[in-house]
Amino acid sequence: MTDSRKVTTVLFVGVGGQGIILAGDILSEIVMRAGYDVKKSEVHGMAQRGGCVSSHVRYGSKVYSPLPGKGDVDILVSFERMETLRYLDYLNEKSAVVVNDETIFPPSVNLGEEPYPDAVMEILRRYFPAVKALKATEMARVAGDRRMANTVMLGALSSLSSIDEGLWKEVLKEALPKKLVEKNLKAFDMGRKA
Amino acid sequence: MNKLMSGNEAIARGAYEHGVTFAAAYPGTPSTEITQEFSRYEGVYAEWAPNEKIALEAAIGAAFAGGDAMAVMKHVGVNVAADPLFTVSYTGTNGGLVVVVADDPSMHSSQNEQDSRNYARFAKIPMLEPADSDEARRYIRLAFELSRRFDTPVFLRSTTRLSHSKSVVTLDEPREQRKATGAVKNAAKFVMVPAMARGRRVVVEKRMRDIGKFAETFSGNKVEINNPSMGIITAGMAYNYAKEAFPEASFLKLGMVNPLPETMIRGFTDRVDTLYVIEELDPVIEDQVRAMGIEVIGKEIFPYTNEFDPGVLVEAVTGKSPIKIRPELPALPNRPPNLCPGCPHRGLFYVFGKLNVFAAGDIGCYTLAFQRPLQGLDSCICMGASVGMAHGMSKAQEDGKNNVVGVIGDSTFIHSGITSLLNMVYNRSNSVVVICDNRTTAMTGMQDHPGTGVTLQGRETKALDFERLARSMGVDNVRVVNPLDLKETREAIKDELAAEGPSLVIARAPCALLKSKDGESMSPLMVERERCTGCRACISIGCPAISWRRFEQLDEPIPEKKTKKQEGIAVIDPAECNGCTVCSQLCKVNAIVEVRDND
Ligand SMILES: Cc1ncc(C[n+]2csc(CCOP(=O)(O)OP(=O)(O)O)c2C)c(N)n1
Repeated sequence: MTDSRKVTTVLFVGVGGQGIILAGDILSEIVMRAGYDVKKSEVHGMAQRGGCVSSHVRYGSKVYSPLPGKGDVDILVSFERMETLRYLDYLNEKSAVVVNDETIFPPSVNLGEEPYPDAVMEILRRYFPAVKALKATEMARVAGDRRMANTVMLGALSSLSSIDEGLWKEVLKEALPKKLVEKNLKAFDMGRKA
Repeated sequence: MNKLMSGNEAIARGAYEHGVTFAAAYPGTPSTEITQEFSRYEGVYAEWAPNEKIALEAAIGAAFAGGDAMAVMKHVGVNVAADPLFTVSYTGTNGGLVVVVADDPSMHSSQNEQDSRNYARFAKIPMLEPADSDEARRYIRLAFELSRRFDTPVFLRSTTRLSHSKSVVTLDEPREQRKATGAVKNAAKFVMVPAMARGRRVVVEKRMRDIGKFAETFSGNKVEINNPSMGIITAGMAYNYAKEAFPEASFLKLGMVNPLPETMIRGFTDRVDTLYVIEELDPVIEDQVRAMGIEVIGKEIFPYTNEFDPGVLVEAVTGKSPIKIRPELPALPNRPPNLCPGCPHRGLFYVFGKLNVFAAGDIGCYTLAFQRPLQGLDSCICMGASVGMAHGMSKAQEDGKNNVVGVIGDSTFIHSGITSLLNMVYNRSNSVVVICDNRTTAMTGMQDHPGTGVTLQGRETKALDFERLARSMGVDNVRVVNPLDLKETREAIKDELAAEGPSLVIARAPCALLKSKDGESMSPLMVERERCTGCRACISIGCPAISWRRFEQLDEPIPEKKTKKQEGIAVIDPAECNGCTVCSQLCKVNAIVEVRDND
């Protein structure tokens, strides 16, 4: 995540309500303060909750397009196991993948009409041997609130980055209500060490 | 100061910096946040209008009074506002008037993909199109300057990608707000009867020629000569995709997309070998460049539909797919958007799905009820269409059988359903209109409207009374039901279908999100595992809080089978359920009960 001539793309994906947009906002602020030009963009369906959500953060010395082309994502941060597979067109052989290895059933699975695909992690490991999988929701629960899974994922992402850990934490602190800061920093550390 | 801002935030900021004090809008994705953000600045006035036509008319009034005013809408809003738009182009504006319009390439949240640049040409109105947030901030200011300088309304065009992506903005200090100087009478300019309009018609043509000349030196139209073998004419967000895809190419970036700078285009063409026009949606620039007799590559390789990205452009030019890895994937179940748990629309549309009616629908969250398993809505064209269509359908059905209802949201009814209901009375219709009155504009993020009794700026005001309104228009059959009560709702609809004359049923219960915001929560429900027979009746409402689990997927102890064929039971997620009780009304064995404290 350091090459200053090139544009770096981080793609956050998952299900509405998981805090994906916020994670993208926080990363954008971090890279801006680290001195990069940045563009952030998101795609979400119409409903308030439950649909697919994605957020792109692109940074470098100069960024034109807020959207990457297919094959151009450097780091995919997926908040839900199966959702990872929807975005493989955007990856290349060198892409890094971080997965929250937990499931949220889509309606047709909930209604018993379709199975939840079972070989997700095998496919990912085959194409991305270095895939980093963690149980972010469970870790967030241990840190005090399962809704902090997005902070755990940011922690995991930070371990792939050369941007100073202090800057990540500084922005996190500013972005969150005071009483949630301590818990979130704990969640961040858990993700960073995972 | 540098700040990350969305295009919408930046447009609001730019208007504020410029001293604009008046904005009127009707919500519509992706434009909604512009007006919301603007309304929070010091010393400005901003309002939700009932629809886009009224928003534009209010802004025209404010500009005629000498102020700087903007009307804000999504692309289809311009269809509604088109009538005043085409003629304010004749009168000119006196003060400053900008129409901010946000298009939606890819139809992320719209019913069509129309390209507003056609309106700029059609109505003979100049249009600026920024490519990032800082340009958005600067261009809204330039738009107001242009409006005053040439006495014309000006369009500022955004797209979903600009409105909803963030980039770095450099803030300026706001300048002093310009107070409206007061309206000045001038019949030849403002009273568009034929004799006067003929005079203004000539002025419009001259104005567009003058602005065309101005466009030649306009700061937003920029030539960048790099490698001359590939020359690209582009504008707005497409510029960014093209810059990334072809960094070596030469560019003519148009900040003003109507009218075009012909001399500049010819000059650029002379300096490059192969000329491309790269624009999302319609070939608006391309057609005009061709009409200048210039050879150009455009829509024969670049798509008409959907938004672009750098990969789409590279593939169009080189023929090579940007996709790098192609694993074999299992089938991935979709995650379609759904009505929320506890949504009051769910009960109403369950009833429509069961009664054998054609529900002529409309636009709002409730449009989602067309999906399985509810299948309770049968058409969606544009805002307000439901009422007019239900009337036309019931008139056209010769056998007199009345099996049509028009169903419309509260905000949408106010937007464009009221006059259609009046039409039903006037033309002695037999059809039924149902307002799904959830007390908010939910679809676009919970905006107030004239029925809620609160303004955009949070002040209390009079709330429209649907019942009294309908009665005063001559609708004799008016009743209010609770859509979360299936029996009451079913009976009301059946009665009104059988009744003489037009009927209005108001299905009233607050949006589930409004309720959770007010901290008003009902206790969640649960399934008693020992009672559930696995009949799936509760599954048929498509509630995200209810799922179906096969026996082998359940934790111990596994409940006993109640019938030989039973394969599993329903399970309710207490964290999702808000206790609306629609599911429990369908349970024949009373297995769905309130969560007890000790559970
Ligand atoms: C002309 C036009 N303006 C705006 C929109 C965007 N839009 C679609 S539905 C809707 C309002 C929905 O509110 P309501 O009718 O109250 O239904 P709800 O979503 O609350 O169920 C809006 C603003 C549109 N599609 N067309």
